[in-house]
Amino acid sequence: MTYLKSRRFIGAAFTAITMLSITRTITGNGDLTSTVTIAQALVFASPIALAGLAGIWAERAGVINIGLEGMMILGTFGAGWAGWQWGAWAGVLAGVVFGAIGGLLLAVAAVTFGVDQIIAGTAINLLALGLTKFLAILLFTDAPGGGQAQSPPIKGDIPTYTIDAIVTPLTALHDKAIFFISDLAGLVAGLFYHLSLLTIIAAILFVMTSYLLWKTAFGLRLRSAGENPWAADSLGVKVVQYKYTAVVFSGMLAGLGGAYLSIASTIYRNGNTAGRGFIGLATMIFGDWRPGGTAAGALMFGYIDTLRLIDTGNQNVKGLILLGAIILFAIGGVMLRKAKRNSAIGFLVLGSVMVGAYFSASSFPPEVAQVAPYITTLLVLATASQNLRPPAADGVPYRKGDHH
Amino acid sequence: MNLRRIGTSLIAPAIGLFVSLAATAIILIVIGASVSTVFSSMWNYGTSPRAMSLMLNLATTYFLSALAVSIGFKMNLFNIGVNGQYVLGALAGAVVASNLTLPRIASVTITVLVAMIVGAAWAGIAAWLKVARGVSEVISTIMLNFIAIGIISYLIVRTSIGTETSLNVRGTKLIPESGMLRGVALLDPGTPIYGFFFISIVVGVGYWFLLNRTRFGFDLRATGKSATAARTSGVQSNRMIIVTMLLSGAVAGLVGLPYLLGETGTYSLQFPTDWGFTGIAIALLGRNNPLGIALGAILWAFLDISSGQLILEGVPREISTIMQGLIVIVVVISYEVVRRYQVKSEQTSVAKALEKQEATV
Repeated sequence: MTYLKSRRFIGAAFTAITMLSITRTITGNGDLTSTVTIAQALVFASPIALAGLAGIWAERAGVINIGLEGMMILGTFGAGWAGWQWGAWAGVLAGVVFGAIGGLLLAVAAVTFGVDQIIAGTAINLLALGLTKFLAILLFTDAPGGGQAQSPPIKGDIPTYTIDAIVTPLTALHDKAIFFISDLAGLVAGLFYHLSLLTIIAAILFVMTSYLLWKTAFGLRLRSAGENPWAADSLGVKVVQYKYTAVVFSGMLAGLGGAYLSIASTIYRNGNTAGRGFIGLATMIFGDWRPGGTAAGALMFGYIDTLRLIDTGNQNVKGLILLGAIILFAIGGVMLRKAKRNSAIGFLVLGSVMVGAYFSASSFPPEVAQVAPYITTLLVLATASQNLRPPAADGVPYRKGDHH
Repeated sequence: MNLRRIGTSLIAPAIGLFVSLAATAIILIVIGASVSTVFSSMWNYGTSPRAMSLMLNLATTYFLSALAVSIGFKMNLFNIGVNGQYVLGALAGAVVASNLTLPRIASVTITVLVAMIVGAAWAGIAAWLKVARGVSEVISTIMLNFIAIGIISYLIVRTSIGTETSLNVRGTKLIPESGMLRGVALLDPGTPIYGFFFISIVVGVGYWFLLNRTRFGFDLRATGKSATAARTSGVQSNRMIIVTMLLSGAVAGLVGLPYLLGETGTYSLQFPTDWGFTGIAIALLGRNNPLGIALGAILWAFLDISSGQLILEGVPREISTIMQGLIVIVVVISYEVVRRYQVKSEQTSVAKALEKQEATV
């Protein structure tokens, strides 16, 4: 099983690098796989990944958490407020605690009172937005370096690591522009370039989640609360307790994601989350409520965001279009082999349109890259949602003894 | 019986209002502001003719947004995409209206139709994805919101649809005065009440009629209560999903128009883009009932407008957002508690009646 899994992982990674490499070779745009791009993509991906992981925890226990955005907002605020006064680590801690408070609120409304979970989450988003804006004006307006909508700079920093012994030779190798090898070198070097300790923590949390939720009795019980809470209850699982644990931990993770954002931009700023909680939710669905797929979805968002923002010569978006076309062709090919003719034709046509666009325009506006991740998510959902399997009792209010 | 039901349905909002006022008072005390001064200042300004006019105008927007959301809610469809639907509808309306030189009634009618069609089309994508591909509308409408914002910023920043309007803000060409619907000055001579205030009343009545007096409305409510039961009785649920989403999107297309045709005359990059979320909250407060939604919209707008002068008292106006958030969360919890109480009291009364019957037998 593990052997098969790791083989599949290596296969997927190999395919991904090959596609990137083809794109890089045709476009001649080294930025697509450069050390800096990858390092920055990790920074952009981490908060989204943490939000997605937060979603996994809540929804695996059967509670839809659309309040992720609000909990992230609370996290950004907590980090800005505490970080400005007592340093970056205090900021991280406060972000986690503030997120947990948001999670607790959702648990009280959705688990104890059985309010519709989407409604409760929406209310939390509203409340978090109002509360943080209000407190920002009160606490930051007169603070030196602060303003009505932003905190003073966060003191100190979370350590980041660069391993020169790896980065320098691999970056040099990347610049040689050899097919596949240079791209692999750039990708690997990016992992060791200005790598934040928070990113490492996020990665550990992903591994820990896979283990806890899928390999332990605790995880089995927690997931049973999301699949069939009544059956779980009949077997003696304290369903309410598990749901509370899951939702509060979900809030903590979302809060950590928010704190990551504030630390990365060194201040709290109103609206800094910019919908990343919702994007995290999308990556969770994209990843079929599992950590691996969720991380992949978050990396896609982070990668596209990076290419859009460092697009100096206006060529990165063009590269992305070609990459998208190659991916579509690959999926179309797979579909053909699986004898799904209609889907295959859809993908091949869409891929051809993108190739046509690539060769007919000299550059593309950044808005194309801005919407690309969302369109990709819609495409993935449209093709794969029959294969996605959310927890069976996701979103269903549970009351002990209340049979369905 | 009916009186009792009305009573219990009013209890929840009353509790919500009370708790949120109490919590707000505590917050104000903590930050060292005078509770009575703040509340009386909000009340005094909020009840002035000018503020009342502004409030009704804003409530018009909120009302339409909440109606759009609640059409979906009635069928257990969660249209989070009102944001995307209305911004695209308003933009399309602005572009068309700015190129029309027709009498007001013709121009406004065309603008309204265009906005509704565009809103419905955007919602239609989510409907199609749900029916044909099984994609949850919650997530697809969220994605479509982001995409709509991207499309709009592209059109306004990079194409000839956008021009420099004023203060370095790009927006659509100004709509000629003959295409505007500024409204009538009823309360305050300087602040007319939008024409759309009256149109929204018509929309509200239409909503009530459609849901409660037509076959379609019956099917829609039946599907919302129990999709399987409705299907068994011959309702085509896929068709219902599509029609409901299209309707919801069409009403959502109207949301931006009161402000566009009553105030700005241009869709610029500063046009508000989050009225859809407000609509969700108000639909919850109003329990998807047009009258309840109207009251919720007025309350929401009152808090928004009356907090406008609070900064004079040294209190950030965002206190109103906190109040709104608290009201929503407390009200939805109270609705649930009241519902449970009702179910329980019904069960005990039935049990009692049965006992009596058994005793007589």
